[in-house]
Amino acid sequence: MNDLSQGLAEAIYRVATLDPELVDITLRSLQVTVTAVVIAAAIALPLGAWLAVTRFWARRYVIAVLNALMGLPPVVVGLIVYVMLSRSGPFGVLGLLFTPTAMIIAQVIIVTPLIASVAHQALRDLWSEYHDLLISLNTTKRQRIATLLWDGRRALLTACLAGFGRAIGEVGAIMIVGGNIDNVTRVLTTAIALETGKGNFSLALGLGFVLITLAIILNLLIHSLSRTERSNLW
Amino acid sequence: MTLRFISCVLAVLFPMLAHAETVRMAVTTSFENSGLADVLLPPIKDELDLDLQLLVVGTGQALTLGAAGDVDAVLVHSRAAEDAFVAAGHATHRREIMYNDFVLVGPSADPAAIADATTAIEALQRIDRADAVFVSRGDDSGTHKMELSLWDKAGIAPDDLGTSYQSVGSGMGAALNTASGLNAYILSDRPTWLTFGNKGDLVLLFSGDPALFNPYALLPINPSRHSHVNADAVARLEEWLAGPRGKAAIESYTFDGQPLFVHSAVAN
Amino acid sequence: MVASIFPLRIAGACVKRRGVQLIGPINLDLGSQGLTIVLGPNGSGKTSLLRLMHGLERPASGTINWACPDNEARSHQAYVFQTPTMMRRSVTDSISYALIVMGVARPTAREKAKEYATRVGLGHLLDCPAGVLSGGEKQKLAMARALIRQPQVLFLDEPCANLDGRATKEIEVILNDVRQQGTRIVMATHDLGQAKRLADDLLFMLNGCVREQGAAESFFADPQTAEAKAFLNGQIVE
Repeated sequence: MNDLSQGLAEAIYRVATLDPELVDITLRSLQVTVTAVVIAAAIALPLGAWLAVTRFWARRYVIAVLNALMGLPPVVVGLIVYVMLSRSGPFGVLGLLFTPTAMIIAQVIIVTPLIASVAHQALRDLWSEYHDLLISLNTTKRQRIATLLWDGRRALLTACLAGFGRAIGEVGAIMIVGGNIDNVTRVLTTAIALETGKGNFSLALGLGFVLITLAIILNLLIHSLSRTERSNLW
Repeated sequence: MTLRFISCVLAVLFPMLAHAETVRMAVTTSFENSGLADVLLPPIKDELDLDLQLLVVGTGQALTLGAAGDVDAVLVHSRAAEDAFVAAGHATHRREIMYNDFVLVGPSADPAAIADATTAIEALQRIDRADAVFVSRGDDSGTHKMELSLWDKAGIAPDDLGTSYQSVGSGMGAALNTASGLNAYILSDRPTWLTFGNKGDLVLLFSGDPALFNPYALLPINPSRHSHVNADAVARLEEWLAGPRGKAAIESYTFDGQPLFVHSAVAN
Repeated sequence: MVASIFPLRIAGACVKRRGVQLIGPINLDLGSQGLTIVLGPNGSGKTSLLRLMHGLERPASGTINWACPDNEARSHQAYVFQTPTMMRRSVTDSISYALIVMGVARPTAREKAKEYATRVGLGHLLDCPAGVLSGGEKQKLAMARALIRQPQVLFLDEPCANLDGRATKEIEVILNDVRQQGTRIVMATHDLGQAKRLADDLLFMLNGCVREQGAAESFFADPQTAEAKAFLNGQIVE
């Protein structure tokens, strides 16, 4: 209990004084995760829409694999990315290991199946609603995908937020591929792990509160933004 | 719009371009958790214009990173493993920088009475006899290797200790957290123990046996194996750490008035 | 001048779903003039016939041919579904969508959409989300979305099934207007009164087959089959 209240006090103090280290790792957390989610969404949303409007023999298997990959253990992803990017690995010459880029790559791999799967589920329902109309209007497959992505944008936003939630709180993979280097790859979650390791529970908890608050604020922000749109169009 | 997006992505993807000269070094958790890193990094940045990036891992993983060429240097504390590493050609040489010692920590009531032991080996034998709970790092780190060699010398196989031997497979701090939670005995390096923030009922019970001597050595990765390593910068770093500036910085780091590391490098 | 997609020829076509035959065999020629009512009780196959004509159903056997290739033919057709799909867009955007997917520039499409929305009586609801419209307004939107493509043939599947008298009348006024401009109309209904008010000619369907076809006047005056007689007399036919 004491640790909790001290952690809260620590969090409030550091936020109030704009502690430069806290600001730094918070911004890095946001930079890594937002970039990863944007890239993942650019892959996953069209993929989800494409899976919703296309019928081919392996479709069910692709969807099953996607759903299974949603539960991909981050540590395993981290390990695979690590082996790939290691100087002794196939992409070693790029020198990307222990950089924010490596963390972004790992997070993209972790959240892409999640976003694609949630997007596909939402767009599949929308497609069953739109199917006859869009066929009747003689639309091309590209137009169908674009229409589903636009008209399903609120559900897709939720899919992206789910991806953001998974990525921002992730520690296993980015610890391995980022290395938790101070000022370079240290983010909120790895800093929490580090401070916990030092037995600094109040500081670790303080960072934890900052992380939770950040996730809540971002969600509220995006939901309030999308609501203005809803009152207008839907 | 699209162009701006792409340039943003590129800016994130290649963040390292603008940095000063960088050296990546894998160090043991006991080095980082002790707080010495925070003391050494600023003068290294100021005086050598080096961004020293630390990867804090166990000795085993640090050596793996070094062998793969993913770091420029390794700073660890496990003599036998270091010698094998140099012999295998992964590092050009081994340079001892400093030392401290290991301590045995346990519940203040000391049910195994190790405070009265005369050697570390006797202390472990007492823990075995009392069937007291002992937490092991279990992560192939330098501390873990030291602990295993002590059990070996004591003639006890940890596997025979049953449930009273808890191998946690994590860093020094995390293992201390576990020991604190279980109120168990544990082997720790002195700096990490002293600066640890969650001691609970644990106290330092035994130290001072020469067997607990804990030297830290720098292993520069062999540039003929991995041409991309920054060997020149590592050489400058090595001279700085071994020289008078390094000695002053390392020995200025004290806790409650006692130095946590003793500088031992011999100047060239 | 765009080439005519007529006539439509259906020969021995059957539609099956999961092995069950829905309609057929259908033998039918459709010319370029008039308003054809597809009449029949629920489940007689009216919707399946319309979907077959529009290409939403493939015939399991038999053939169906327009005067030009299927894909081209469909771009000159429009279909108003019994329960129109409302996109998550405003009235204007829903209607202009039908033009934009044909390659019309957005500003032009939006201007046209406003014109057609006004024509069907939705001029005061241009920025309203399509999903919150009433049943009658939704049908009007669907009509505007269909008409804006200036189809050669307009299919309507029970457009007034869920509407009250006043909304039904408004839809019928629009349909008469469309007919006068020369658009071919094929409309399914089970409403006798509506059939009598609108039909030029008539298809009477029962159990998946066309039982009678011909001019509306003669059908209503002198139906040839016992089932048609019974249906016209308001009896339940199966």
